[in-house]
Amino acid sequence: MAGALLMGAVAYDPKVVTIWDGFRAWFRSHGLAFDYLLYSHYERQVEDLIAGHLHVAWNSPLAWLRSERLALASGRTVRPLAMRNTDRDLTSVIVGRRDAGIRTAEELGGRTVATGATDSPQATLLPMAHLAGLGVTVTARCFDVGVGLHGDHVGGERDAARALMAGEVDAAAMLDATYLLLGKEGTLPAGTTEVVEQTPPYDHCVMTAVDTAPADLIDRFTGLLLGMSYQDPEVRPLLDMEGLIAWEKGRTEGYRLLAAAVDRFHFYGPGGEVTMPGYEP
Amino acid sequence: MTAAVLDLGGLGLDSGAHLLLQRALAPLRPGDRLTVHGHHPALAVHLPAWCRAEGHRVEPPDGGGSVVVRGTGRDGRWLGATRAGTGSRGVVVDHPPARWGLAPRGALVEEGGPEPHFDLDDRRLVWAEVAPRLYAHAAARQWDPATAVAWDEPFHLPDDVEAAVVQVMTYLVENEQAALIVPARFLGRIHPHFREVVQLLAVQVADEARHMEIFNRRALLRGGPLGSSSAGGRASLFTLVEESDFALASFLLSVLGEGSFVDLLAFLERYAPDPVTRRVAWLAMQDERRHVLFGVAHLEEQAAVDPGLGSRLRAAVERRHDALRDTAGLNNDVFDALVMVAAGSWEPEAIETGYRRVQRLERAMDEGRRRRLERLGFSAGEAAELSALHTRNFM
Repeated sequence: MAGALLMGAVAYDPKVVTIWDGFRAWFRSHGLAFDYLLYSHYERQVEDLIAGHLHVAWNSPLAWLRSERLALASGRTVRPLAMRNTDRDLTSVIVGRRDAGIRTAEELGGRTVATGATDSPQATLLPMAHLAGLGVTVTARCFDVGVGLHGDHVGGERDAARALMAGEVDAAAMLDATYLLLGKEGTLPAGTTEVVEQTPPYDHCVMTAVDTAPADLIDRFTGLLLGMSYQDPEVRPLLDMEGLIAWEKGRTEGYRLLAAAVDRFHFYGPGGEVTMPGYEP
Repeated sequence: MTAAVLDLGGLGLDSGAHLLLQRALAPLRPGDRLTVHGHHPALAVHLPAWCRAEGHRVEPPDGGGSVVVRGTGRDGRWLGATRAGTGSRGVVVDHPPARWGLAPRGALVEEGGPEPHFDLDDRRLVWAEVAPRLYAHAAARQWDPATAVAWDEPFHLPDDVEAAVVQVMTYLVENEQAALIVPARFLGRIHPHFREVVQLLAVQVADEARHMEIFNRRALLRGGPLGSSSAGGRASLFTLVEESDFALASFLLSVLGEGSFVDLLAFLERYAPDPVTRRVAWLAMQDERRHVLFGVAHLEEQAAVDPGLGSRLRAAVERRHDALRDTAGLNNDVFDALVMVAAGSWEPEAIETGYRRVQRLERAMDEGRRRRLERLGFSAGEAAELSALHTRNFM
């Protein structure tokens, strides 16, 4: 539809259709023509954003970094519009079994740490970079569920946790909220694990706009997004499904740690090229 | 600014600490601070993660416990919530809105969610003041088919009398099947706000299920095959099942049909040639009386506020009569079986007695129908006319 704002999102779960169909109806009822395109992984979404096929992309933190680099390489710019309240100040933890007696990062040296998917910021790149930054060398065992989804699928973290409980690995890396979730659901029974190491805070997903998108369209979209209220019964179930209470303004300072991790592991090159060996979404 | 303090002790957020946090945060205003103490080893990781998901904020610990700054959290969920009526027993509103959906009467209903279409959402169409009392009565009077009848009580009947009983039982099972389907089809259309009516109809459905069981079991008690099922009888019953208007279906089934059935069951109880037949007829009669009571009560209340109801009821009887004009009505085998049951033998005097008893039954059915029609506001003349148009199949 001509004049509509076109957003890309990654279909990491069937609920993504329900969420964005619902938001689409809401945007349209508020006077903004809005369509969305679903991608099977983030890499193509980012490439399409920078190529101008999309106006905005609902990006993972890794996808934000790549869109920034691709934009720079092609003379474009991207900017963060909004993020969920739950995208701010996350941390990752490296968890060991209490009975294994591993209490410090140093004691992990030479051991095996289970991680999420290769491209998971929270369950692989950030915690592994954190350990490396501490000078601790470990063997990573990746649980590659949903490669290309940048860790959106919690399956890799859950498999890593199961491997920890089965004694197959010495520790497991995961998002702090996943650690709480797995404790509550019993995958990590209460009292059986302990946090060995924790990363500093970082930010997660961000709605990203490219400078080729019409500015007034972007402004209206951003205004509506930030104006969504948890009191609104129409959007509340969608906010619940998308895992937020309110949209907040986008910011970029929370991606420094991940940028360093990307460079450390050569995940992307400076021009946004995919350089991680074996990474094939 | 309130300075609230919470001590979680050793309780973790993976073991229920969120309950204490929610309780402590509930009375605070957004921006207020809650100092949280605790010695669960993962508290420093879990607490910020929990607060982030719940819309609160944690300030870095300063050595004296973590400080949670209350956000608006999920308060918005309940700001527009309203109650689905008062919840008092038997107190209902005239037009419950679709958005109440499956919410129990009196519950605090969050805005949003599905708005299921229950087309029977008008108090006048479905409600009867007696419904709560009738439901309580119905629930208290449930019985177990396995033990409520002494199935092994010894008796012996001549073969022809046994065959007549089997034919009558076959007819009863068929009729109860229709009497089960009719309320069952309306159950899902009635707005759940009218809970006692839904419950009452649900028990009615269960009643009919048990009736089918005991009549069927009596039919097969001596090992014989079931009797016949006539096309006319089935056609008559199907006009009941097809009626999609609740008031009209209730009128045709309960007021006219089941009302006549109560007389039939009383007849069987009185002239039953064996104790098992007597008992199953009595058990079913108790339930059917209740079904008739509800049908009459809610139509009586509806008639009081809807002057057009009478003519619609009349039209329904006439329509059904026209539809069945060319059918045989009652299965001849059933009529003859009733005579044989009431006669007890082939002696001409006995047959004559049996025949007179069945004639008296038909008069009793007619009188009963006229009485109930008059309760619904029909004149004596109209009642007699409408009663005469009722199906010859009884139900």
